Amino acid sequence: MDVSEITQAVKKLAMNTTSNVPKGAIDALERAYLTEESPVGKEVIKQILENHRIAREESVPACQDTGVAMLFLEVGQDTRLTGGDLYEAINEGVRQGYIEGYLRKSIVTDPLFERVNTGDNTPAVIYVDIVPGTNIKITFAAKGGGAENMSGLVMLPPAAGVEGVKKFVIDQVRKAGPNPCPPIVVGVGIGGTFDRVALLAKKAVLRDVGESNAHPKYAQLEKELLEEINKLGIGPQGFGGRTTALAVNVEFAPCHIASLPVACNLNCHAGPHDSIVL
Amino acid sequence: MAIRKISTPLTDEVIATLKAGDNVQITGTLYTARDAAHKRLVNLIREGKELPMDIQGQIIYYVGPAPAKPGQAIGSAGPTTSYRMDSYAPILMEHGLKGMIGKGSRSQSVREAMVRYKAVYFAAIGGAGALLAKCVNSSEIVAYEDLGPEAVRKLTVEDFPAVVVNDIYGNDLYEQGVEEYKIGNGDT
Repeated sequence: MDVSEITQAVKKLAMNTTSNVPKGAIDALERAYLTEESPVGKEVIKQILENHRIAREESVPACQDTGVAMLFLEVGQDTRLTGGDLYEAINEGVRQGYIEGYLRKSIVTDPLFERVNTGDNTPAVIYVDIVPGTNIKITFAAKGGGAENMSGLVMLPPAAGVEGVKKFVIDQVRKAGPNPCPPIVVGVGIGGTFDRVALLAKKAVLRDVGESNAHPKYAQLEKELLEEINKLGIGPQGFGGRTTALAVNVEFAPCHIASLPVACNLNCHAGPHDSIVL
Repeated sequence: MAIRKISTPLTDEVIATLKAGDNVQITGTLYTARDAAHKRLVNLIREGKELPMDIQGQIIYYVGPAPAKPGQAIGSAGPTTSYRMDSYAPILMEHGLKGMIGKGSRSQSVREAMVRYKAVYFAAIGGAGALLAKCVNSSEIVAYEDLGPEAVRKLTVEDFPAVVVNDIYGNDLYEQGVEEYKIGNGDT
């Protein structure tokens, strides 16, 4: 496969994703509109749904923060990529998609000293996994800064157990309060190492709203965390109410005998992401 | 739900009537500024130089809009998280700023400055950039074009929807809202 096909796919994903809020999130917002007890909270959900409708119908970004472009590739090991550098091809797709799609460019060169905007939203954050087969699956997420800033990670002792994990996640959501644009999606990574747990949390937050973990114990943990988070009272936009989170998604991985890493990554009510299989 | 219509510049009389939790629609001028622009504005004040716009009685909207598509006045334009401007906000209020629009909680020192300098903080709906852009009739860059989405823009808005979070009496809608709806103490 020529890498120019990857460029075109990434461009298309970038141009279409931010105006199309995933159906799982829309369905959850519509349910929350019916159950929210706070009048202000109800009005907020109504306006959010109206916003997402306008974005879809007019092909404009639901949120001005069209984020860091995150690309997750699953490349079939029997595929051969030709015609150039894969990473450059991905960044070219991001560049073209953000410029031609009228998306905001939010990346600065150097994080500390210069902070000059790169002008085309590159470089993207890119993860490549090698999988069996010949297909290439490309997942794009536009990860906004406001919710990303409310992330956290802790290396718990194994004795902290389920209660320790719950306490960390709930405290993280409570501290975040109105900042990450509630109703939010909460991504939780458990296990792995310091670096891997953060990626697990990211993959969790990008899972579609309405899909539970396949493991019954982790699915139960997701359910219990969602119930407890929605007792915090933060509500839509933090104005008070019952709908603080639309979903809690947990991903887990084996870990060291001494460790219980936990990471929490948040997303707003829009959480734009989409995939293409080539 | 009752909605108050207000216009800019904000007067002390109008500000005195605004209470945390009030729904408002703002008509008039909003100046946009985020982190990078705030840093430059506050440096100008500290150096005793003039600001690129007159902030007397004005509102700063914490936003970095998306580029306008052909036919649009502005691209999607929802609020960014306000705490990042906390270290800059009090000195702007001291120099006449009367309102801020963003999302999320403010620091204690910003809240104290709002009481002292008689200024208010409004929240707009985060993530409703497509909806809010429809209230913007015009947009022009007044300073720092090199900052791209972070440039200072002068927006003309009509019935821009916002909620009063912090009033001049020390009330905070975020604290009141959580207090009213929380169940238990959140401990597991």
